[in-house]
Amino acid sequence: MPRAKVKRKSTSIDMTAMCDVAFLLLTFFILTATARQPDPLDIKLPSSSYKIPVPDVDIAKLTIGHGKVFYEVAGKDVKMATLDKMAEQYKVSFTPQERERFGVIQSFGVPMQSLKAFINLPDEAARTKSGLQIGIPTDSLDNQLSAWLLNSRKAVAELHSTAMRVSIKGDAKEEYPVVKKIVDILQKQKINKFSLITTAAGGAK
Amino acid sequence: MAELDTSSGGGKKGGGKVRTKKANTKVDLTAMVDLAFLLITFFMLTTSLSKPIAMDIAKPDKDVKDENRLELRASQTMTILLGKNNKVAWYMGEAGKSQPNIEGFGEIRKSILENKKKVADLNNNDPKKTLVVVIKPTSGASYENFVNIMDELNITKITAAPAIDDENITDAEKDFMKKNGIL
Repeated sequence: MPRAKVKRKSTSIDMTAMCDVAFLLLTFFILTATARQPDPLDIKLPSSSYKIPVPDVDIAKLTIGHGKVFYEVAGKDVKMATLDKMAEQYKVSFTPQERERFGVIQSFGVPMQSLKAFINLPDEAARTKSGLQIGIPTDSLDNQLSAWLLNSRKAVAELHSTAMRVSIKGDAKEEYPVVKKIVDILQKQKINKFSLITTAAGGAK
Repeated sequence: MAELDTSSGGGKKGGGKVRTKKANTKVDLTAMVDLAFLLITFFMLTTSLSKPIAMDIAKPDKDVKDENRLELRASQTMTILLGKNNKVAWYMGEAGKSQPNIEGFGEIRKSILENKKKVADLNNNDPKKTLVVVIKPTSGASYENFVNIMDELNITKITAAPAIDDENITDAEKDFMKKNGIL
């Protein structure tokens, strides 16, 4: 009688399929993760326990820090339409290339007078370094922030037929009067509702 | 299965045909899979965490002179003044009639809860008569203070809409805050 041979099984398993799946998922997550754009203005957001996510479209973002205000409106089409309206209002003309370039610029803080030079700088790093970003003028004489807001609200209404939301990203250490000044500008345009962007709280407990 | 075969192609020596070594194509994927899953975990966690969150703030319209504004009853109103050095002063009822208390942000939650309970008890838990909080950020306050106090209201579940009043800070309030060095 022959002895029944116990087959010795190998403990290592084929990992090819697992590896495939893992990398597929990895690729998916890397691609969907929106790269966090570094803010040109160095700010630290306050934390809160609120859990309302901010929408990605039809929203304007005011960044307040170190006494300066930076502005950004979401969406390339809205950005370009806003620029057209601003150009008309401030009697500046932009070439189609400049419009195109402005469409991909993130948050910026330059007065209208130096915007053209700002757009023509080669890249984001040069723009940050340029020293042109002195904040958007908010004086009552030359209230460009108000004009930007109004024009982008018009642009959003025309292009997407919805109301634009306004969000404020303020530096935690910013003094309240500075924020109040900006909020007053918003309220002058009857924007009485806005979102304050905060980070998820760990420290609020 | 998934390992590199390092044994030589037969081990015969002397005579016989020289066999070309057949390289095993299988590579150990364990480390690679480990790394891949580590990265997946990382990206999964960061994508959900870095989403910016917002608190929605509504401020009263400045221009509208609305006739039918609601009057706040003194007994259910708590006014919180935000001062400098991360201090707040709060009082119940009307300005000047009650002595404000100075507190830090650590203790204010307790005070809000106490007052909320007091008001609820006083009105037999009438859901329409809950504590109303008036926030008055002064020039000494920082933006973070303002966000924090709004957050406290959210945590303590103050349902009545908070009034954010940065226009009408009375002289009595200012004097008190100056006296205590928080303005």
